[in-house]
Amino acid sequence: MEIKTAMAGTLESGDIVIQIAPGDGLQIDLQSSVSAQFGRQIKAVIAETLEGLGIENACVKATDKGALDCTIRARVTAAAVRATGKDVWKD
Amino acid sequence: MMFVPGNNPGMMADAHIYGPDSIMLDLEDSVTMAEKDTARLLVHNALKSIDYGNTEMVVRINPLSTPYGRKDVEAVVKAGVDVIRMPKTETADEVRELEAEIIKVETELGCVGRTQIMAAIESALGIVNAYEIAAASKRMMGIALGAEDYSASLKTQRTPGGAELLLARETIVVAARAAGICCFDTVYSNLDDMETFRKEVELIKDLGFDGKSIINPRQIEVVNEVFTPTPKAIEKALRIVAAIKEAQAKGSGVVSLNGKMVDRPVVIRAERTIQYAIASGVLSEEEVI
Amino acid sequence: MRHSKVVTLEEAVRRSGLKDGMTISFHHHFRGGDKVVNLVVDKLAEMGFKDLKLAASSLSDVHAPLIEHIKAGVITGISTSGLRGELANAISHGLMKEPVVFRSHGGRGSAIASGELHIDVAFLGASSCDELGNASGCPRSENAKSICGSLGYALPDAEYADHVVVLTDDLVAYPNVPKSISASQVESVVVVDSVGDSSKISSGAIRDSKNPRDILLAKQAAKVIINSGYFKDGFSIQTGTGGASLAAVKYIRESMLEQGIKASFALGGITAHMVKLHQEGLIDKLIDVQSFDKVAAESIASDQTHQEVSAVDYASAVHTGSAVHALDIVILSALEVDVNFNVNVLVGSDGVIRGAIGGHPDTAEDSALSIIVCPLLRGRIPCVVPKVTTLITPGKGVDVVVTEYGIAVNPARPEIAERLAAAGLKIVDIKDLAAKATSIIGTPDPLPFGDRVVGVVMSRHGEILDRIHNIVE
Repeated sequence: MEIKTAMAGTLESGDIVIQIAPGDGLQIDLQSSVSAQFGRQIKAVIAETLEGLGIENACVKATDKGALDCTIRARVTAAAVRATGKDVWKD
Repeated sequence: MMFVPGNNPGMMADAHIYGPDSIMLDLEDSVTMAEKDTARLLVHNALKSIDYGNTEMVVRINPLSTPYGRKDVEAVVKAGVDVIRMPKTETADEVRELEAEIIKVETELGCVGRTQIMAAIESALGIVNAYEIAAASKRMMGIALGAEDYSASLKTQRTPGGAELLLARETIVVAARAAGICCFDTVYSNLDDMETFRKEVELIKDLGFDGKSIINPRQIEVVNEVFTPTPKAIEKALRIVAAIKEAQAKGSGVVSLNGKMVDRPVVIRAERTIQYAIASGVLSEEEVI
Repeated sequence: MRHSKVVTLEEAVRRSGLKDGMTISFHHHFRGGDKVVNLVVDKLAEMGFKDLKLAASSLSDVHAPLIEHIKAGVITGISTSGLRGELANAISHGLMKEPVVFRSHGGRGSAIASGELHIDVAFLGASSCDELGNASGCPRSENAKSICGSLGYALPDAEYADHVVVLTDDLVAYPNVPKSISASQVESVVVVDSVGDSSKISSGAIRDSKNPRDILLAKQAAKVIINSGYFKDGFSIQTGTGGASLAAVKYIRESMLEQGIKASFALGGITAHMVKLHQEGLIDKLIDVQSFDKVAAESIASDQTHQEVSAVDYASAVHTGSAVHALDIVILSALEVDVNFNVNVLVGSDGVIRGAIGGHPDTAEDSALSIIVCPLLRGRIPCVVPKVTTLITPGKGVDVVVTEYGIAVNPARPEIAERLAAAGLKIVDIKDLAAKATSIIGTPDPLPFGDRVVGVVMSRHGEILDRIHNIVE
């Protein structure tokens, strides 16, 4: 799927900023204060969400401020929708 | 009912710990145009994943006349929201239009009838049509006053005493009662003036409202204090309810207490007092039996 | 004055007979504003000392310059109550060969008194001092530069160190009374530009909160206290410095006024909140081991019923006359509590040292009722866990844990659980709290600890309680 560069999320506590750019394969660069304990899970949620949206090639930069999985899913989806121009809701 | 901005995941994650009866996640006024898409996804995912316990979950959507409203409906119905709050409602037709949108999504999901509607009335026209709005659909669970837009539509402004809202408040209570649904008062936004806030809550309770909208957990305690019946009132209500049970057991239609007949309105009020006492946690359901 | 002890820092060091391998000590009454540790260690490095052991009552962010001195071999051992900031981070990553020894305030006091922690030379900052060494944390002249109030943590050092150097930024005429440290204990007095920035005393740990979650926790903690059975006329209380425990004081005050109850004393780190209650007549006396803000420091300077107490008299386990033995109620915070009520206040959930033991285990064990107030979650970091990362306060001393998702009571205290439930408070099993945390955030991966020991936690009774391992990136 063709993607542009896009971003979603904030640096507020409990949130995460997801930046998506075109890439070859899926690359996830994560910055998080809880990366030792949750980095693996956060990356897995990002990858799963993108896969679910049919995105296999992307360069993702994630700056996490302690977001829960549901927030990560929402931010990744929002960034992906912005990057592809294809919404998950009906028009 | 506690308002929580729909674009603030930190606040959405634990809003229920403060014990509001319901939480309203907002997609409308607290979310900028540029973030409507991200807030919608946040609210959708939060509703799906976060365990809010027994808290009633409400989402305020954008008006259907905007490019966001229909997507909002789809996103929140799919996430299993309890109640959709429709902003700036002016006519019964608008309620029916929302109902049709909800049915579309519910049909797709196979859960027709699950989602309730609350209409916020925020204009002079809406107040004139209050009863029609309240009675527009079986899904209507309540109507609420939105005071900022309403006072602007009257070409006046908010005052501490709330004189400008008197007719609207009374109209909403009357319309809700006539339609057999609930009614909720508007927010009070000065967090530092708890005294005026308390006066306002006392006023709207006396007017007959079922609840107050709040913008911060700090306001919950005041609302609960005002709405919680006094121990004396609870005791009296319990005696009346016991008398009803006794009458029913005897097969008698006439309820009497201390030798005097108890009127129907008194019975209804006693039952309401007990409901409030249970809702505020000062009475447990077992104690009623 | 004929017997003036005033000399330069270099001369004081020379007179002290300090040699490589010896132990030097410091207090932390200026907290984040401390200037003495860096000043003295810089000078010792310049004078060519090596292999010194630094015994501080605590260390904080401001002591990051010690990293270079550790690398250079000037400092090779540390004992302290806590570590924060860059220094803590570097030590967690294996900066030092010798593990840091962590003790509670009471534990340090008794270790010094028993000789287990022997101090060769103590360097003690004071806000006023005369030429003979009578020193105080209160300023005594018009051009005073600093104020720290109580010198409680410095008093064991002054009493038991072989050699005592007082550093002051306010040299006053003899006699400097009332005094905290006596001239008879002091060998040298050094005048410096500044011993500490008083405005930074209340930085670091203390926050006054408008955060609704802190307020919720505070209200719950206050309800626990009021319904615990210990809230009666003449009770005594200590609170920590977390936002919630400070806010709890406000709600306790309201109930004291309502029910006409007064406290006999408040203990520990004293804050402006406690001073206010004392001045209102709600708390009879203040026993102050550490003044946590300027208001408290000014109060101790002027109020006879606001008394300084040494770390030993405050919280020693072995000295049965120490104040904690008379303490009814303590409110404490936590980084982690586990399902056995064990508490960690020292090592973060990332495995990096980021806190201080303080008086936590001392007050928890000896008080009649100890209440831990902590959120279930801080962002994605769980505070109620299956097992604490590092054991600081054993669960047998912890009675109640207050979180925003419910209150857990130690099964060893069924009578308290009963009283709280009767008052309508929501009592939950602590295992359910841990499970709730996991259901919200998932199960954390194990921390990447290495096999080197970077810290040793001593119990207040002098035994090794736990070991902290290095963290690997």
